[in-house]
Amino acid sequence: MSATTAVPQRAWVDQIMGLPVSIHLRGDQLTGDDVEQRIAAVFAELHHVDAVLSPYRDSSDLSAWERGALRLADADPLLAQVVALCEQARHRTGGWFDPRGLPDPRTGEPRYDPSGLVKGWAVERAARHLQALDGYGWCLNAGGDVLVHAPADQPAWRIGLEHPHDPARIMRVVERRTGAVATSGSTHRGAHIIDPRTRKPTTAVRAVTVIGPTLLWADVYATAAAAQGPAALPWLDHRAGYDALLITRSGLLRTTSRWPAT
Amino acid sequence: MRRISLWLFSTVAAVVLLFSYRTSTSTPAQATAAPITITGPTPAPTTTGAAPEPDPTTSTAPTTSTSGVAKTYTGSVASTRWGNVQVTITVADGKITDVAVPVYPTENGRDQEINAYALPVLRQETLAAQSADIDTVSGATVTSDGYLTSLQAALDAAHLS
Repeated sequence: MSATTAVPQRAWVDQIMGLPVSIHLRGDQLTGDDVEQRIAAVFAELHHVDAVLSPYRDSSDLSAWERGALRLADADPLLAQVVALCEQARHRTGGWFDPRGLPDPRTGEPRYDPSGLVKGWAVERAARHLQALDGYGWCLNAGGDVLVHAPADQPAWRIGLEHPHDPARIMRVVERRTGAVATSGSTHRGAHIIDPRTRKPTTAVRAVTVIGPTLLWADVYATAAAAQGPAALPWLDHRAGYDALLITRSGLLRTTSRWPAT
Repeated sequence: MRRISLWLFSTVAAVVLLFSYRTSTSTPAQATAAPITITGPTPAPTTTGAAPEPDPTTSTAPTTSTSGVAKTYTGSVASTRWGNVQVTITVADGKITDVAVPVYPTENGRDQEINAYALPVLRQETLAAQSADIDTVSGATVTSDGYLTSLQAALDAAHLS
């Protein structure tokens, strides 16, 4: 079974944006300045994104902008990028992804919270530091959303999909050489997914996993599908390059038509 | 019952992480950091006293791999709200091959539940995740608070160095 490879592998973990972020690297040389600097660059960039865009921090550009204390043009340019991407995501998902009027994580008051997009976008952006490591395989996992790359001489990454009833068990395994696996659901944080139409928490699905080339859109689509429920499947079927596996509220497993058989 | 098994799993992950961080950073870890003990290529020390012996038939013992030397990592005794817990984990080729809990609470009403149910479940869950041969876990957002109870923590810990 695991006799496929003996490629050395090493992991690093940091806690950023309130999430565990782990990087697994595969390659012959896993120590040394080049590797360490690139790992550090990934984490540093994510810390910077958190400082600028965290809804938990009063000092973030996001919070200052929302208070009216900072103009978009004067803020860190990341904020304007994210606001534009959120608008694009809202249109692409027919409004099922919507950062407006979400409950403030601390007060519950409605606010603009782009976090559902920021994580995938930020991780994907930070991964460019790893892409520069020629010949290495890597797996970036931010709180359960995953982006991987495996060079031709290494095995694909095996991503276990957490069982929605029991986070200690694996429901399915997906093999990926490159691209993203993003999951939304209520396993760890209860009913935190907001239906943008009612502005209330919804439990339309237990979990939905989206795979595809980019983590930004896999994550956005998973978030949108978690809000919309199983009716999102036909829509997801038309997202070129993306596929989804969804567990309905009653526990049924449904997939898009091209979901890889495992 | 779920809570108990997760709590125990968190103890495993926490213990692994504590000594893993210590070895990876070479800096003094927190006051509770566990001293690490690496023994030879032997199975994990089995349980002491009246601890339940895990069912050996479910064990995926380290096979005679080409490069792998099984190492047993022993965590320090961690104090929990239910009593002291100590966990040992055997890792071969970066995979957890065995889990043992030589020290566990014996002085309160949780004993029987923990002994009869949670410890075997903990062990089976860990080994099941390993036998699925996965590299990482995708799931509903895990927060930093929940990380130590996550399978991902165990998968990370096996490769921290």
